[in-house]
Amino acid sequence: MKIRQLSLFLENRPGQLRVPCKILGDAGIDVLTMSLADTQQFGILRLVVKDSEAAKKALEAQGVVVNLTELLAVDVPDRPGGLASVLEGFEKAGLSVEYMYPFARGPRATLLFRVEDPERAEKALSQHGVQLVPAAELLARTAAR
Amino acid sequence: MNAPLENRLFDPAEALPADALRSLQTRRLAETVARVSRVPFYREALARVGVTPESIRSPDDVRRLPFTVKDDLRRNYPLGLLAVPRAEVARVHGSSGTTGKPTFVAYTRKDLEGWSGLCARFLVAGGLRPEHLVHVAFGYGLFTGGFGLHQGIERVGAGVIPAAGGNTPRQVMLLRDLRPEVLVCTPSYALHVAEVARAEGTDPRDLGLRLGHFGGEPWTEEMRLAIEGEFGIAAFNNYGLSEVVGPGVSGECAARGGMHVAEDHFVVECVEPVSLEPVPDGVVGELVFTSLTKEAMPILRYRTRDLAALDRSPCPCGRTGVRMGRVVGRSDDMLIIRGVNVFPSQVEEALLRVEGAAPHYLIEVARPGTLDEAVVKVEIRPRDFSDEMRQMVDLRDRIDHEIHSVTGIRMKVELVAPNTITRSEGKARRVLDHRKERR
Repeated sequence: MKIRQLSLFLENRPGQLRVPCKILGDAGIDVLTMSLADTQQFGILRLVVKDSEAAKKALEAQGVVVNLTELLAVDVPDRPGGLASVLEGFEKAGLSVEYMYPFARGPRATLLFRVEDPERAEKALSQHGVQLVPAAELLARTAAR
Repeated sequence: MNAPLENRLFDPAEALPADALRSLQTRRLAETVARVSRVPFYREALARVGVTPESIRSPDDVRRLPFTVKDDLRRNYPLGLLAVPRAEVARVHGSSGTTGKPTFVAYTRKDLEGWSGLCARFLVAGGLRPEHLVHVAFGYGLFTGGFGLHQGIERVGAGVIPAAGGNTPRQVMLLRDLRPEVLVCTPSYALHVAEVARAEGTDPRDLGLRLGHFGGEPWTEEMRLAIEGEFGIAAFNNYGLSEVVGPGVSGECAARGGMHVAEDHFVVECVEPVSLEPVPDGVVGELVFTSLTKEAMPILRYRTRDLAALDRSPCPCGRTGVRMGRVVGRSDDMLIIRGVNVFPSQVEEALLRVEGAAPHYLIEVARPGTLDEAVVKVEIRPRDFSDEMRQMVDLRDRIDHEIHSVTGIRMKVELVAPNTITRSEGKARRVLDHRKERR
């Protein structure tokens, strides 16, 4: 059900973002979506790819620090208040959202959520009537294009 | 842990009252000045400052003497500083000479006796008794560690296993089969022995060791705890260097609040490494030693480059010798940042507090305007990397806080990727001082 995400440590200086992108490109790994969080001094690049194990291996072989984490993918109803209703599901379960970013490909408004307890969040959202997108389906959508 | 150690003095001189100690030091300092006037190097140096044996009125007169540095020993290679006829030399030892030629030191028969007594002092202060068997894993050779400790142990009347260095599996076998109560080696080697024992399926605690006397390199309180935990022993620190005599210059008592300097044999000073002015007690400075009893190669105001603080407060053990704290660094490595003396070892200590092990770091100092700015680059380790920005910022803040609390100044902490700090010859470069490039 959950989506695997790669998190990369980046120093905040010119050329640092290109390095992992180049490594993945050389390894023939397609980046499905990404998000960059940064402070003045360092950044964390978050990526979703098809084969996260292969990507992790390729990056680590080049000395990049990589962390694997799990995200929840949610199709957000494309109408006013759509996101609010999804967030309500987290709130009711007392779960905080660490961060979120859009899944850039596919026909729908899909958001990726990083929460403190993905297992519990999964159940809570289902109970709240929120549609979660399983990893296989999310990846299939990108292939269908 | 074992029962508290019974406090025992090897030599009553360790507890000399202050007045008696000062008059003994005065007499011996005058004798030393007289003795070194046989050495051309010292004779000329003393003539320049106008010091004669008769002009020595108190131990404080040591400050009128010229300093001696390592290069003086090199320039007088091999035995140019010998103050007795060659026929009276009973032993020659030397420094390792990692940066070129070794430097030699010589001992008369009486020097050797005095030295073994100094080693016996710290061994007894740290619990060695005649009924013990001691495993010595120091090198026996030019290095003063092996023979120095060996003589000291025999002087106490205890038994010695002269295992010497190397072949760790064999050392583990000796420890397991002969069951000595005491281990003598460098602190880092002790941890290595524990590791090897474990790898062979022997719990280091089952070796039956009770005490450890460690020296020959600087170490930390964290290492002491690690060694004590590994072996289930009480670990004691001792200090010395061949130029001064070898091990036995100072050592810990059961109170373990610093190492008592054998002040009846050496005058110790603690100076600011640049101005060479004395620093107040409790402040870290460079240790300077003057020998008081050595015959073959007396030494005047030897600049050790070792940084430590002195403590003259009374010790519960009754020994009156001033205590020196752990060596926290080398004066060669000292940085002056915004007027504050900072040592790379302090940054290392701060990092240890935050993460539990020493990561790689680089201190960069620059003066972009009128003020010094220090940046500490710290490599993160893959297992310390978190996907959560908050945790990473928190890690940086904790490092920042510890560096400030240890050094007293603020440095800008930058987290950098692993293996990005240049390493040369296996040793990491710790300091990049851009201020020097402009001079």
